[in-house]
Amino acid sequence: MRSAPTIAVAVLLIAASTLSATEIPQGERRSGYSFMTPDTRAIQDDDTANPGMLWVLDGEALWKSKAGAAGKACGDCHDDARTSMKGVAARYPAFDRTLGRPVDLEQRINLCRVQHQQATALPYESRDLLALTAFVAQQSRDAVISTDVNPQLEPFLARGRDLFMQRQGQLNLGCTNCHDDNWDRRLAGSAITQGHPTGYPLYRLEWQSLGSLQRRLRSCISGIRAQTYDYGAPELVELELYLMSRARGMPMEAPAVRP
Amino acid sequence: MASALINVPKKARRGEIIEIKTLMSHIMETGYRHTAAGEVVPRDIITSFVCRYNGVEIFRADLFPAIAANPFITFFTVATESGKFDFEWTGDKRFTETASASISVE
Repeated sequence: MRSAPTIAVAVLLIAASTLSATEIPQGERRSGYSFMTPDTRAIQDDDTANPGMLWVLDGEALWKSKAGAAGKACGDCHDDARTSMKGVAARYPAFDRTLGRPVDLEQRINLCRVQHQQATALPYESRDLLALTAFVAQQSRDAVISTDVNPQLEPFLARGRDLFMQRQGQLNLGCTNCHDDNWDRRLAGSAITQGHPTGYPLYRLEWQSLGSLQRRLRSCISGIRAQTYDYGAPELVELELYLMSRARGMPMEAPAVRP
Repeated sequence: MASALINVPKKARRGEIIEIKTLMSHIMETGYRHTAAGEVVPRDIITSFVCRYNGVEIFRADLFPAIAANPFITFFTVATESGKFDFEWTGDKRFTETASASISVE
């Protein structure tokens, strides 16, 4: 018969193992940039070599061009993005009072288009939406990530964290199993990073294009052979929110370059 | 819409070796991919790039389907005189783009 102390030890061990599958200590947090080869870093470091800048320039043109029935450009309300959008991307996803839930930067841009410009929302991953997002995000380059501290965000943040910890899919993996527990190792030759979303939207050499954080999350989710969420799904925004809070204090790099 | 990013030093000493960097926005569709319905996605690539320094061709490159999207081409030349660099990209579907940059040589 198993004695009571053995069971107690087993329970303690289980408790300890669930605790270890949590946050990376502040001092050990690293941007995906630090996992890249010097060649790939050089692409990100030089604005004339970083293909993400092509989208930023497009976004700057879109910022100034009038759209929708209201005949307004982004710049007509927000003036010069260099001052008005400085640090904004570092605070997203943020709580929207009217909707009663967090929205990410792409959703905020589309809300602005629909409500204030009376234009149609841009499709996810369309060149125009990526361009505007990249242009806005670039204004926060080197700004410190500091997600919204609105107490109403707490339930959403908790759900995002739960999703990050949750094992799912045919491979039965949670985000945490790679990005908290094994970030110093490699998977199929590629570095497993800590998964800090410091540079989105970013240019991925594999995509040969700029892409959003939601695209990245969807690739990861299908990689563990789980059912992906649709673009704009609340689950993805909650996950984005948790990831940004996890990266709090790290500098923004958008538009970053990743392999 | 932005199509090219060019990096040429604004100033150089005569005889100095300078680096020229160019990035062109292009999808570089290989022509080897198929849609979900099985149809071939037609090839759409840049086929040639030329750089002229005050009208004289100093660099030329042929591009092929294996080259990634948004081709980044960088090369070196000797700064001989003040003037203009003209860049020209041509490709499938009558694609043609030009850009230029000036340099002053002392």
